[in-house]
Amino acid sequence: MTVEWGHFALILALVLSLCQVALPLWGVAGRDHALMQTARGTAIGAFLFTLLAFAALTYAYVQSDFSVINVAMNSHSTKPLAYKISGVWSNHEGSMLLWVLILTLFGALVAMARQAIPLPLLAAVLMVQGAVSSAFFAFILMTSNPFLRALEVPAEGRGLNPILQDPGLAIHPPLLYIGYVGFSIAFSFAIGALIHGRIDAVWARFVRPWTLLAWSFLTLGIAMGSYWAYYELGWGGFWFWDPVENASLMPWLAGTALLHSTVVMEKRDALKVWTILLSILTFSLSLIGTFLVRSGVLTSVHTFASDPSRGKFILGILVFFIGGGLTLFAWRAHALRQGGLFAPISREAGLVLNNLMLATMAATVLIGTLYPLVLEGISGDKISVGAPFFEATMLPLFLPLALLQPLGTALSWKRADLWAAMQRLSWAFGFSVLVLCIVLYVTRGGSVLAPVGAGIGLWLVLGSLADVWLRVWRAKAGWAVNLSRLVGLPRSAWGTALAHAGLGISLIGIAATGWGTEVISTVGKGAEVPAGPYRLVLEQVITRNGPDYRETVGRFQVYSDQQKLGVIEPGKRIFIGQTMPKTEAGLMTIGLGQIYASLGDFQADGTVSLRLYWKPLVVLIWGGALVMAFGGFLSLLDRRSRIAAPRKARQLQGDAA
Amino acid sequence: MTRKSRRMMTIAGLGSILAVAVGLVLYALNDSIVFFYGPTEVIEKKIHVGARLRVGGLVKVGSVVRPSDRMVEFVIGDGNNEITIHYNGLLPDLFREGQGIVAEGRLEAGQRFAADTVLAKHDENYMPREVADSLKKQGHWQGEGKPDAKTGSKP
Repeated sequence: MTVEWGHFALILALVLSLCQVALPLWGVAGRDHALMQTARGTAIGAFLFTLLAFAALTYAYVQSDFSVINVAMNSHSTKPLAYKISGVWSNHEGSMLLWVLILTLFGALVAMARQAIPLPLLAAVLMVQGAVSSAFFAFILMTSNPFLRALEVPAEGRGLNPILQDPGLAIHPPLLYIGYVGFSIAFSFAIGALIHGRIDAVWARFVRPWTLLAWSFLTLGIAMGSYWAYYELGWGGFWFWDPVENASLMPWLAGTALLHSTVVMEKRDALKVWTILLSILTFSLSLIGTFLVRSGVLTSVHTFASDPSRGKFILGILVFFIGGGLTLFAWRAHALRQGGLFAPISREAGLVLNNLMLATMAATVLIGTLYPLVLEGISGDKISVGAPFFEATMLPLFLPLALLQPLGTALSWKRADLWAAMQRLSWAFGFSVLVLCIVLYVTRGGSVLAPVGAGIGLWLVLGSLADVWLRVWRAKAGWAVNLSRLVGLPRSAWGTALAHAGLGISLIGIAATGWGTEVISTVGKGAEVPAGPYRLVLEQVITRNGPDYRETVGRFQVYSDQQKLGVIEPGKRIFIGQTMPKTEAGLMTIGLGQIYASLGDFQADGTVSLRLYWKPLVVLIWGGALVMAFGGFLSLLDRRSRIAAPRKARQLQGDAA
Repeated sequence: MTRKSRRMMTIAGLGSILAVAVGLVLYALNDSIVFFYGPTEVIEKKIHVGARLRVGGLVKVGSVVRPSDRMVEFVIGDGNNEITIHYNGLLPDLFREGQGIVAEGRLEAGQRFAADTVLAKHDENYMPREVADSLKKQGHWQGEGKPDAKTGSKP
């Protein structure tokens, strides 16, 4: 019965979401505050019922209730509990349910936030949220219902796709979805502002924390997905410019631009129309990402034929919200009061440049991702746009942006002195160039791009440190005063510095891939293979059983000179209920680098093919992303962007003064 | 500086960045996209030797050989024509004789192909989509790629 209750709760959530659209709409039209107030209750109610539906499906997974088609197709009674639960969102239907769960959660959070949002704006925002969630509820109920029962109950489930049975999968989709869906709040606020025709710096203050929250989670989600692909696919790469990855990168780039443009709006009451447009575009890219991934249109246009109802339904949602949002923008944008112009050398001008570069990068990724689809539709030619395209277009946009970033933060608002800013950063810049020269000399003959990337990364890190230093250090003040200034630095300033430093750290890690080594060979027992400064010896080949799989692993001893560092065991697993083996990479982290081994086929003579990498500094790629996300969360804790915590008395006094 | 000249400067600045970006995209699209062909198309379209492309087809049963300890050679076909692929690397988990794969690399003389990537990405029907389309074109499509579709028995 639980499953039927879940199904019923989902229908009720749809009904509540429709109320969340209709009642406030009526209220806004008739300036009826009581009707506007209903937006809060319906938003919270819609979330609670979605939660109930989600809990019911999770329960069916935990109980291994194979009478539910979705459970039978994606689970197996022998799965460990954690993978029974993560199995809920390992498939199309369940992941869409997670999508709306997070969407309604954000709606409920806005309804409960202590942000003092004017009621008409709040009502409009929740109305738009309700419209988005209604569309997706309808999508789930009509084309992808996870609660359908089978007529004949199978004795056993088909099992989870082995590639998805991994801790990475358990947390990657929720993180990513919080990011994708979080941008819906900025979208709703933009539509709300367009409906009311009013926008000011306070609007930016409402939107910024939500954008920051979504961005931080999206950063984590992308990093997690990248690391998961790195160790799970066994190819040793961390980013493949796969359309599914691009789908998450586009909203990230646009969202990063949005974060920066809301700063300009908050501080200088400028860039308003652009910020509204960017809010609409960012969530549009999230929707396009969902569409590309969920409709299966990516591999080929013909996928539409296999399940046309789903693809067309999401396409309809996409056209309605993106088209509707942009039409409303075209119609109403002139009603918004334009912000002032500003000097070409100033912090805000730097941020405009940042926005332009990021928006261009997002557009480039979009073109590269959609071009094969469009070309196949027009000419029938099948092409793949891969890493060479994206490297050729993204690097010339990204590297100048990274190069200019520390300079931008050093400029002051309104009217800045470029020369003075450069002087203040001269130490950081000089040191980065010095390190770049040393690295170029040491690695001479190798790639030039790697040292340049690492140099720019170091410059970003040092630039962020210099930013903190310049804000805090006053030569005339004593140590104690300077220390208290350091502690008293606003959390948003720390957040900014950390986010930019994190980007630099990731960049160093990415650049360092140019210094790795790769060996492909066939090894037998006792064979010795070099991996950068280390060497590996194959001790034995072992076949053994895991909780729900059987695996064959090669046991390699890792040596540094004569010293034993430990053992890694790359192998192949065959999961119960599956026939295809799955490669499990063997990893050993040494300092910031990693030894990465993956096995190919076992030959008849007992040898096995091996791909072995030494990847120096590779951990920095994801470490940098963690630092970035941490910076985002730290900024969220700044009192200016509080959304949930009640204000303290001291702050209220401060605000009044 | 007047308001007007400032605006002109902004527009010029924005315009030049966009122009650079558009140039980059066009250049890269010309230079770095890779076309996909089946074995028959490679012959029909007279693809010149040395071209970088993706080819795909069914791995011919019994064609996988290992001339040296690192090299793998196999033949893929679409029912009418074949290409011999040689590859120095690890074959993907889902690589099987009789199933569809996609290889990226350079075309060599005599219907030979030097692959630097071999992909066996496919859906539950065990067939990469490009390969399925190419087989359909050649008239060798056997239902949904399930071996028992031929005999008519239900899985």
